[in-house]
Amino acid sequence: MKFLDEYRDAAAAQKLAQEIHRVTTRPWSLMEVCGGQTHAIVKFGLDQLLPPRITLIHGPGCPVCVTPLELIEQALDLAARPGVLFCSFGDMLRVPGRATDLLAVKAAGGDVRIVYSPLDAVKLAEQFPAREVVFFAVGFETTAPTTAMAVFQAARKGLKNFSLLVSHVLVPPAMEAILSSPNCRVRGFLAAGHVCTVMGYWEYFPIAAKYRVPIVVTGFEPLDILQGVLMCVRQLESGRAEVENQYARSVREAGNRPAQQLLQQIFGVVPRQWRGVGEIPQSGLGLRPEYAAFDAAKKFGLADHHVAEPAECRSGLVLQGQIKPHECPAFGTRCTPEHPLGATMVSSEGACAAYYRYRRHQPAVATA
Amino acid sequence: MPPPTDFTSACPLPLAQYPHVLLAHGGGGTLMHQLLEQVFLAAFGRPAPGAQHDSAVLDCPAQRLAFTTDSYVVRPMFFPGGDIGSMAVYGTVNDLAMSGARPRWLSAGFILEEGLPMESLGRVVCSMRDAARRCGVRIVTGDTKVVDKGKGDGLFLNTAGIGVVEHALTIVPRSVQPGDAILVNGDLGRHGMAIMAVREGLDFQSVIESDSAPVADLVLELLRAGLPVHCLRDLTRGGLASALNEIAAAAGVHLTVDETRIPVREDVHAACELLGLDPLHVACEGRFVAFVPAGEAERTLAVLRAHPSGSGAALIGQVGADAPPLVVLKSALGASRILDMPSGEQLPRIC
Repeated sequence: MKFLDEYRDAAAAQKLAQEIHRVTTRPWSLMEVCGGQTHAIVKFGLDQLLPPRITLIHGPGCPVCVTPLELIEQALDLAARPGVLFCSFGDMLRVPGRATDLLAVKAAGGDVRIVYSPLDAVKLAEQFPAREVVFFAVGFETTAPTTAMAVFQAARKGLKNFSLLVSHVLVPPAMEAILSSPNCRVRGFLAAGHVCTVMGYWEYFPIAAKYRVPIVVTGFEPLDILQGVLMCVRQLESGRAEVENQYARSVREAGNRPAQQLLQQIFGVVPRQWRGVGEIPQSGLGLRPEYAAFDAAKKFGLADHHVAEPAECRSGLVLQGQIKPHECPAFGTRCTPEHPLGATMVSSEGACAAYYRYRRHQPAVATA
Repeated sequence: MPPPTDFTSACPLPLAQYPHVLLAHGGGGTLMHQLLEQVFLAAFGRPAPGAQHDSAVLDCPAQRLAFTTDSYVVRPMFFPGGDIGSMAVYGTVNDLAMSGARPRWLSAGFILEEGLPMESLGRVVCSMRDAARRCGVRIVTGDTKVVDKGKGDGLFLNTAGIGVVEHALTIVPRSVQPGDAILVNGDLGRHGMAIMAVREGLDFQSVIESDSAPVADLVLELLRAGLPVHCLRDLTRGGLASALNEIAAAAGVHLTVDETRIPVREDVHAACELLGLDPLHVACEGRFVAFVPAGEAERTLAVLRAHPSGSGAALIGQVGADAPPLVVLKSALGASRILDMPSGEQLPRIC
């Protein structure tokens, strides 16, 4: 497939891997920020091509995984209400709440629909004026602009039956939270290429400087990731801590200005809970007061569910790169994609699900 | 390509005075008999005068029989490359073919939703008639029920099929042996992506047509060539990944397939990339996987490729030693990973 096969070429991958072997003289731990990158690394076995001294730590960049249980409970509450038409991206449907998930709510009679874009939810609100259409707005800076556009359009059309359960999160504050943690092992980042396509990478210069850490904006195909690793290792080996752009075919330093302006117009920056990580200041997007009418939590007076995570689930440690998925005692035994204890086992981009799906045949990952 | 199944004057007249199905069409009275006469019997053929009865009596040579049933609930009813009617015939015919049987007779059970346009029913019935002719099977018995509006999704279909087993092989998973070659008869994932594109209103530049087609003739061709087929499995729900995992588990063997050899059309691959799906998890309706002794792999491939339903056939992998039952995919980059069954429904992902 054009624009894809070129970035999966086996010979080129081997060449990059050899170059990484050649330049690596010391152990380095790198974090790939985005779940899409984690998925590609595990699916294509890219870490198997790297020297043993390079460790890839899987970052918190899976929006499904970091959506807090409180919001999942609110979503389940709303979706079960008569008169509500609840719209969500597909992979939120299987995320377990305390007792149930959206698929089960749907089976029990809730009107839960998968949409591919928040704008489809706006269309549904126009189509069913007597119903309350709620969109579960999940994701990083990549999906937030389409949510903002949905709010913008709904406001312009004067729709009164459209609202959002907002759980948008921001990447740079999460990177800072990881770097400030006393147990931080991360020496370099592969930043999330799609987030940077929207936001650019100007936000990363102060982070690289403050924490003395190289940040390489990286794509999602095997050659992208290997090249990102190579660029990061070269910086580390030569003592540099700069922001570099591997994913230049998609990312510009300034990013997508109109998208950023729309984000600023609709959303303000708020503190946000990250599942498994805790509250990170200034790490989420919330609707600005002028758009408060679209806030489902306010509109429906949703209770602030406080929900404890299953004690057995170590997804927090996985999300912070403290342990590998298979180092969790429940991995593959009491926690599987069919019966997940936590969200990292649910989403296709979750690190635990990726290890379970692709790695069980390897002795190191095999479960009893 | 299947012949077009347009609703033409050659098709049975769908009760012109009732443009929609009524509850009374399933009520056992005059209207039901009109529907039976003018739609179903007109299309599928009538029994001998005076022989129409509660069951069909079949003249069958004293051989082993294959027997299967399947229900069809596909939405939308009509999709690029097929419709629920032809699919209900091919699907059941293909299930029989997976035992190496020659499909002979089908039943057809219709569950109609009140209000279904009679024209749609007519098109489906015509399509079944044409599909049955193409496969050389007869629809010899059937049933119709009508449910209240809102209690069905237009039309649900069930077909059961009987086929005659004319060979002496044991074509089942436990016949799979270490060393066997694994083949498929063509490119994967087209049916699922064709349905997904229509159902979700995705506008791809090119229309992906379903691969829905009968494969019984092709399977009989393999047997005619004297190939000692060990196992066959059609690649419907769950795609290649589910079929291979089922067989690995049932036969207690380790399977290895080579990603670079598995044929997937570029547009299907692109659509899957877009939706975050794995083409190896996507359903097909005219594709099967075959297990044959390694020494017969090339001859099997040649027979498959010589037939229109197998022109895209490929040798994709081999059976490893006994246990642990697992399917491993060798990627283009030389790494290996598990090819798992999809977990539940295929859900498009976020980004």
